[in-house]
Amino acid sequence: MNPEDWLESARADAERRGLPDLRPALEGLARAAGVLREADWNDDASGGSDSAPNAPPPAG
Amino acid sequence: MTVPVELPSLLDLGRAIRAGETTSAAATERCLEVIRDRDPSINAFITVLADAALDAARTADRELRSGRDRGPLHGVPISIKDILDMAGVPTTAASHVRREHVAASDATVVTRLREAGAVLVGKTNLHEFALGTTNEESAYGPVHHPLDPGRSPGGSSGGSAASILAGMAYASIGTDTGGSIRIPAAACGLVGLKPRYREVPTRGVVPLSASFDHVGPLCATVADAASIFRVIADAPGLDGAPRPGVARGLRLGVPRRYFLDILDDEVAGAFDAACARLSSAGVTLDDVVIPHAGETPAAYLHVAITEAAAFHARTLESRPDDYTPTVRVRLEAGRYVLAEDYLRAQRCRHLLRTEVSAALEGRDGLLLPAMAVPATPLGAATVRVGATDEPVRNVTLRLTQLFNLTGHPAMTVPCGATGGGLPIGAQLVGTATPELLRVAATLEMHIRGERLASR
Repeated sequence: MNPEDWLESARADAERRGLPDLRPALEGLARAAGVLREADWNDDASGGSDSAPNAPPPAG
Repeated sequence: MTVPVELPSLLDLGRAIRAGETTSAAATERCLEVIRDRDPSINAFITVLADAALDAARTADRELRSGRDRGPLHGVPISIKDILDMAGVPTTAASHVRREHVAASDATVVTRLREAGAVLVGKTNLHEFALGTTNEESAYGPVHHPLDPGRSPGGSSGGSAASILAGMAYASIGTDTGGSIRIPAAACGLVGLKPRYREVPTRGVVPLSASFDHVGPLCATVADAASIFRVIADAPGLDGAPRPGVARGLRLGVPRRYFLDILDDEVAGAFDAACARLSSAGVTLDDVVIPHAGETPAAYLHVAITEAAAFHARTLESRPDDYTPTVRVRLEAGRYVLAEDYLRAQRCRHLLRTEVSAALEGRDGLLLPAMAVPATPLGAATVRVGATDEPVRNVTLRLTQLFNLTGHPAMTVPCGATGGGLPIGAQLVGTATPELLRVAATLEMHIRGERLASR
């Protein structure tokens, strides 16, 4: 799912749950996701570019 | 508003108690008097433990008279952020969500402080569940900066910082998940230490984001911070309080790109002046680059709010109205993070850890400001920095959150004040906490500036 589609569905879900104030936070999250997705260390499954080593388990 | 004061050192108080110049009971009574006089307007405490503190102080005095000396903290009044458990006392985390809670046992850190003879005067106010940097969202009301009641003392350990600056305690234990020790230390002119990740146990501490959470001290001096670290860390690796060494020959990296891009003019001036003093003392300062530092806020956000949302998921469903609205929204946002973005954030974190370690290679530390702005006005959503208005949360976290991602030890040391008297802090980052404290002890006098050099 791309960030634009994700944001649209997240906004709709927040409205459905009666949480319209969530909208700015979701928009910020979408922008942050975009930054991560555009970073130069992302994988390229085609093998077209080097990628960063795998991250360790999320514990520090 | 008054200019920042020179705060009394807990080590000096401990020496005075041991020398018979004062007693723990007298020092504790003084702190409790200040709490009674000033806390109605500052709101630093959620729970004051006056009777228990006086009992502990009298016990400390009796022990010393009988020849039992528990060390530098013996008899010293200390406050505890109300996110650490104390047996028989509520741990509110500044939230109505925990209004029925009473801790069954002490957090490990609290146990160690008691064993070291510290007198625990009460539990301090914080940003609800430590999820914020201003202390405004608390079920118990905001904390007011002791030097300017219209401003925030920083957060989330804002009550801890305010309690020291106002003279209600000689030190405090805080937690730091994105800067919550170092930010209020900077805003209040204190030393604040975030040790290396997992160096101080978090058992008995309400988690915010478990892989970012750190426990550490706020206090007056680097030596004070080292004394508390020696008590609360699993394996502190320090024989005694570090003594200032020779500054000449030390080498610090200054990460200018990203970190100095958004900086209040007076903070920039104070930081530049501190750098100039260090250079004059023979410290080598050279620029370093953390190539992917610009991705820090995105990675931090994805990991922090996801971990926090997982912890709060059950009460977000069952008691949503018991959260303050802003904190509830931040937590709810974490429930929408996609797994693939969370994993990208973890990859970014690994990369940043490698880059910070590379920047520290061959250096005694990194030096940067601790907070990009002085204490912010209460109620402000944005703050003016140069020609732009920046969101308060973003600008206050900007210089500290990287080192929660990477786990490197980092500490705030005061480095001056604005023309209006608001404190400004510098931040030192290291590889190992004992070495960071030794370097900080050597550089403290130069970083603080000549006005405070004779302390």
